[in-house]
Amino acid sequence: MPPGADPLSPPSPAIHIRQARLELAGRVLFDGLHLDVAAGRFCCLLGPSGVGKTTLLRLVGGLTPPQGQTRIQAGDGLPLAGRIAWMSQQDLLLPWASVLDNVMIGVRLRGGRPDSAARERALGLLQQVGLADRVGDRPAALSGGMRQRVALARTLFEDRPIVLMDEPFSALDALTRLRLGELAARLLAGRTVLMVTHDPMEALRLGHQVLVLTGLPASLSAPIIPPDDPPRPPDLPELLHLQGRLLAELAREVGP
Amino acid sequence: MKAALRALITFAGLLLAWAALVRWAELPHYILPGPERVAARLWSDRALLADHALMTLAEVVLGLLLGTLCGVLAALALMASTAARRWLLPLLLVSQAVPVFAIAPLLVLWLGYGMASKVAMATLIIFFPVTAAFYDGLRRTDPGWLDLARTMGASPWTLLRHIQGPAALPALGAGLRVAAAVAPIGAVVGEWVGASAGLGYLMLHATARVQTDLTFAALFLLALLAVALWLLVDLLLRRALPWLPDSHGFEG
Repeated sequence: MPPGADPLSPPSPAIHIRQARLELAGRVLFDGLHLDVAAGRFCCLLGPSGVGKTTLLRLVGGLTPPQGQTRIQAGDGLPLAGRIAWMSQQDLLLPWASVLDNVMIGVRLRGGRPDSAARERALGLLQQVGLADRVGDRPAALSGGMRQRVALARTLFEDRPIVLMDEPFSALDALTRLRLGELAARLLAGRTVLMVTHDPMEALRLGHQVLVLTGLPASLSAPIIPPDDPPRPPDLPELLHLQGRLLAELAREVGP
Repeated sequence: MKAALRALITFAGLLLAWAALVRWAELPHYILPGPERVAARLWSDRALLADHALMTLAEVVLGLLLGTLCGVLAALALMASTAARRWLLPLLLVSQAVPVFAIAPLLVLWLGYGMASKVAMATLIIFFPVTAAFYDGLRRTDPGWLDLARTMGASPWTLLRHIQGPAALPALGAGLRVAAAVAPIGAVVGEWVGASAGLGYLMLHATARVQTDLTFAALFLLALLAVALWLLVDLLLRRALPWLPDSHGFEG
């Protein structure tokens, strides 16, 4: 079993997006789009800004109402709602709550009270992200990288089979981003992950497969499948080669 | 500490300028009494002044509590129901076109010369700033938090209780600071229109009897009361919201 996956969690289902259509302010961003994320796999979605990556992610998360024929299904046929954890570029930590309470906020939002078992689990996750000694601090006392690690612990605490991430590390410096990406890939192993990013190298290091969304209306490239299992070392020669290919693909649609 | 020292220096400077103006312009004491006359009056009539000041203080504090309570409830109602937004919000906005001072005589007519009409004045004058500030704060919750809460399965109540409410507290705090500053105005206007006690009442009578030094003594106490109230509210808010970065106040 991969490390980080809870033995009690149900198996993570695949995500199938069919006939996705998005029209914003009279402009069709994409229409008839198909996308599959294999069960328990980490999929990275790249694309120029404004192409609709984030909206696609929001569609899957149920945060944007689907338009037209759009169908979004789980591989096991059960509804997606309630099986998704969300992580965004902003850490979205509540400034008035301690690190520990931030990790457990989901329990309170579902109308419950964190019991000792929940506390134990949250403390364990904070230890895994290396913040065991900061559990009582308020978010303002933490660095940007630490705050995003708390957000990662909060995402893991939700213990959902599907995790959607919208440029979760893009506000961080290069080194912090590298470390946090590896941490996330390790801890999220076994879950179905769809991550939007604008960093080709990040996508290649973390994803089982990398998809590129380009054009207007946008279409998806054939998936790129880097060698071995993620997280991959940043100095792998194949990654550099693939990065060149990805950049060329991204630049193709943008024009001169 | 430095702020307190600066305030003290400013206060002393104003007193000196005042004393100098009275001396050089040779103003009669019933037009503008010098600070030493006012100080003497403050001391000699301290019992009378204290009685009236306590009355005004009680009116202001009661008005502040009641106005805050009504304002918070109104903001929550506006947040909770579309019907309240459609029916109550326009009413609230239009009600602000009616000057509170204009209805002061009516309040005295309905509620009598006692404390109730003054508390009602202070409540009315506070109600709107508190409602507007808190409602605004509730509506401006970071959309990212709302997204996150949705994916976590939050209900409208838990969302309000754990995210929107706490996030709106700084805005409510700003409304409360305004309320603390304007509450004494409401009480004093109420006292002017018809009362048998309070600093406003005392000022009116002292002026009519050309006891201008007593008017000034009452005015001084009123100002002191207003500043003390503001500082107290400010202190309580800082204590209640320790997570808020300090971006206001006299320091800096």
